[in-house]
Amino acid sequence: MPQNSNLTYVLGNEMVEKNMYGITALPIFSDEAISFLELLSKKILSDEESKKFPDVVTFGFWCRKSSVQKMAQPYKDNTCSLGRRIVFHIAPSNVAVNFAYSCVAALLAGNASIIRLPSKSFRQVDIICRIFKQVIAEQPNMEGYFLFVRYGHDKAINDKYSFICDTRVIWGGDNTIDELRKSPMKARANEITFADRHSFTIIGADKYLETENKDRIAQDFFNDTYLTDQNACTSPRIVIWVGDNISQAKNIFWQKLYDYAKRKYELQPVQAVDKITNLYKMAAELNIDIKMVDTEDNLITRVEVSALLDTLMDYKMNSGFFMEYIATDIKEVIPLCNSRCQTVSYYGINAECIKNVVTEYRPQGVDRIVPLGRTMDFSLIWDGYDLIRTMSRVVGNE
Amino acid sequence: MTYEAVLQLEPYQVDRVSKKEMFTKELLRMTEFHIENCPQYARMMRAIGFNPALADNYESIPFLPVRLFKELELCSVQKEDVYKIMTSSGTSGQQVSKIYLDKATAANQQKTLAKIFSNIAGGMRMPMIIVDCPSVLKNRNMFSARGAGILGFSIFARKKIYALNDDMELQIDAIQKFLEEYKGEKVLLFGFTFMVWQHFYKALKQSGRRLELGNAILIHGGGWKKMVLEAVTPEAFNSALRDLCGIPQVVNYYGMVEQTGCIYIECEEGHLHASTYSDVIIRRGGDFSVATDGERGIIQVVSLLPWSYPGHSLLTEDEGVLLGEDNCPCGRKGKYFKVLGRLKNAEIRGCSDTYATKF
Repeated sequence: MPQNSNLTYVLGNEMVEKNMYGITALPIFSDEAISFLELLSKKILSDEESKKFPDVVTFGFWCRKSSVQKMAQPYKDNTCSLGRRIVFHIAPSNVAVNFAYSCVAALLAGNASIIRLPSKSFRQVDIICRIFKQVIAEQPNMEGYFLFVRYGHDKAINDKYSFICDTRVIWGGDNTIDELRKSPMKARANEITFADRHSFTIIGADKYLETENKDRIAQDFFNDTYLTDQNACTSPRIVIWVGDNISQAKNIFWQKLYDYAKRKYELQPVQAVDKITNLYKMAAELNIDIKMVDTEDNLITRVEVSALLDTLMDYKMNSGFFMEYIATDIKEVIPLCNSRCQTVSYYGINAECIKNVVTEYRPQGVDRIVPLGRTMDFSLIWDGYDLIRTMSRVVGNE
Repeated sequence: MTYEAVLQLEPYQVDRVSKKEMFTKELLRMTEFHIENCPQYARMMRAIGFNPALADNYESIPFLPVRLFKELELCSVQKEDVYKIMTSSGTSGQQVSKIYLDKATAANQQKTLAKIFSNIAGGMRMPMIIVDCPSVLKNRNMFSARGAGILGFSIFARKKIYALNDDMELQIDAIQKFLEEYKGEKVLLFGFTFMVWQHFYKALKQSGRRLELGNAILIHGGGWKKMVLEAVTPEAFNSALRDLCGIPQVVNYYGMVEQTGCIYIECEEGHLHASTYSDVIIRRGGDFSVATDGERGIIQVVSLLPWSYPGHSLLTEDEGVLLGEDNCPCGRKGKYFKVLGRLKNAEIRGCSDTYATKF
């Protein structure tokens, strides 16, 4: 039984916790870590239950040896980089597999992990924890590196883990960050915070019209948005159109999305009410033209805006609520690129164009530029942090 | 047609054909009035591209979600003509609706309530027992839906007494004395459903004492949300009160602060009825089209009363079903329906945790 009745050990136990305080860090991309992940990946990909969850399978793929070796490439020159030691992760309450990526990033950076699992129960979390246990049973030398716990909003526990960790990683947005900031850390500890962010997408209409595989694009865009109720930080809330034949491209794009979403997404009545409320609020409060596009039903809500204001994202909505704007110059997106802006996804335009705008104007935001359909792909560079470098230290040698 | 003229009509005698004609004409007129007088409303109507000229039926007139009154200050009269601002009840920290009333609208709310009330309780003023505490009207923070309801129904009172003290304790002795004083007269009991259950019914039952209410009418409203938690059905509620103190007439009503006055009262058959002055439309969540009779949907309420604020057509956050129109066995004309409870909250995914606190 755990000593604190408000805390449950899901992976590891009191003993693991006690021993972790004296654990030795690993080098970045250590053989131990890579071999652990290789086995983890194999077990996930051959597990009957994980196959039912695409997000678990994707995670399994991500941990493959070849995939990890590729991730290690940019760090090859760091001959003496070591983990900081203990990373305390606060997983977001409403995304299932995120904790696992966070844990693997910490492991590859050479650290042990204490993870506060999502408060909401997810089958995916259970599966991943079960498989972690199986791998540890075969590689017991790694047991001390993982402590997965569950507890409610308990400041005393936050205090304890915050004080012993060397890096704190907070997912879950602004409120969670505020809450955790009340728990002090050691003087040398550092922190990675994933605040509330927003994202948008840019589509080149002419290239889109040329492409054969429009169904695939619809599916990709669906995965970027509806798959997480369009409520992930990475989910585009605004679609920016560039090019000549925009109205034709729009028609096809939204129709294809509708056809796909109609089969895959179920909209609750309350979501429909939320969306129309938000639309009216935008119209009442913003000093620009707001025009709702007539659609078949409430599945896709489209709102054309006459300008890209920096306050537009205050009205970001989920559940299939898209603001749309026709840009004559890609530079027009700059007001959206404030410190809250995370992912710019694109289709039918050159990524270089976006990069050039960012380097020329140097806005505070835009941390990722990725192709449409790839917004959810996790990478070791996230939200502007190099996770490996932030969770490790370099031993200088001149 | 002025609202005063509408009020001349009997509350439950207008059939569907005349009602449709009247509501289409009047609600369109109100929509145009609010477009001219409430700039935010005008912008909203422009955003959805509403053209009054093309609306041939009151079902095609847009509705505002009630929640907007919590987020925006929507008013269609000059600031100096605002007579009072009514707010919805909300626990501390929650946003409350703000409803702007001018003198005429406030007076019309009272008159409307009186017309509806006299249909079920007769036109006589009665001794009234308010199942609430006296501070509900004194405390400005609590002056809200609860206060408004009490004030509204108090005009039917010849003499009033509060059933509870400010510690929410049932004042059985005082009530008994009050009842003896007005022995033989019909007594009005009024309160919010949950208050009646929690602080009247339960407290009385626990005391083991009896109150003779064989000549009383109980009017209660405010929703079943908390009652569902107590697992009490409307039928159980009625029979519990009948068994404990012999109340022969227990009348539930449905209404909201955003359309005060136009309440929907329950008839002898247990059906909620729309009066001549307002109406309900049940809409499908998927596309907001009008649901068929008996089909579950979101309740929209329309009313000819709100001229001082654009609240003549509102989408509630309640679910309900339409049971019929003009053919309730109780003999009242108009639509009758059932409220099924609040819309279910969606479990939204995503990595941001702000959703829960957003509204």
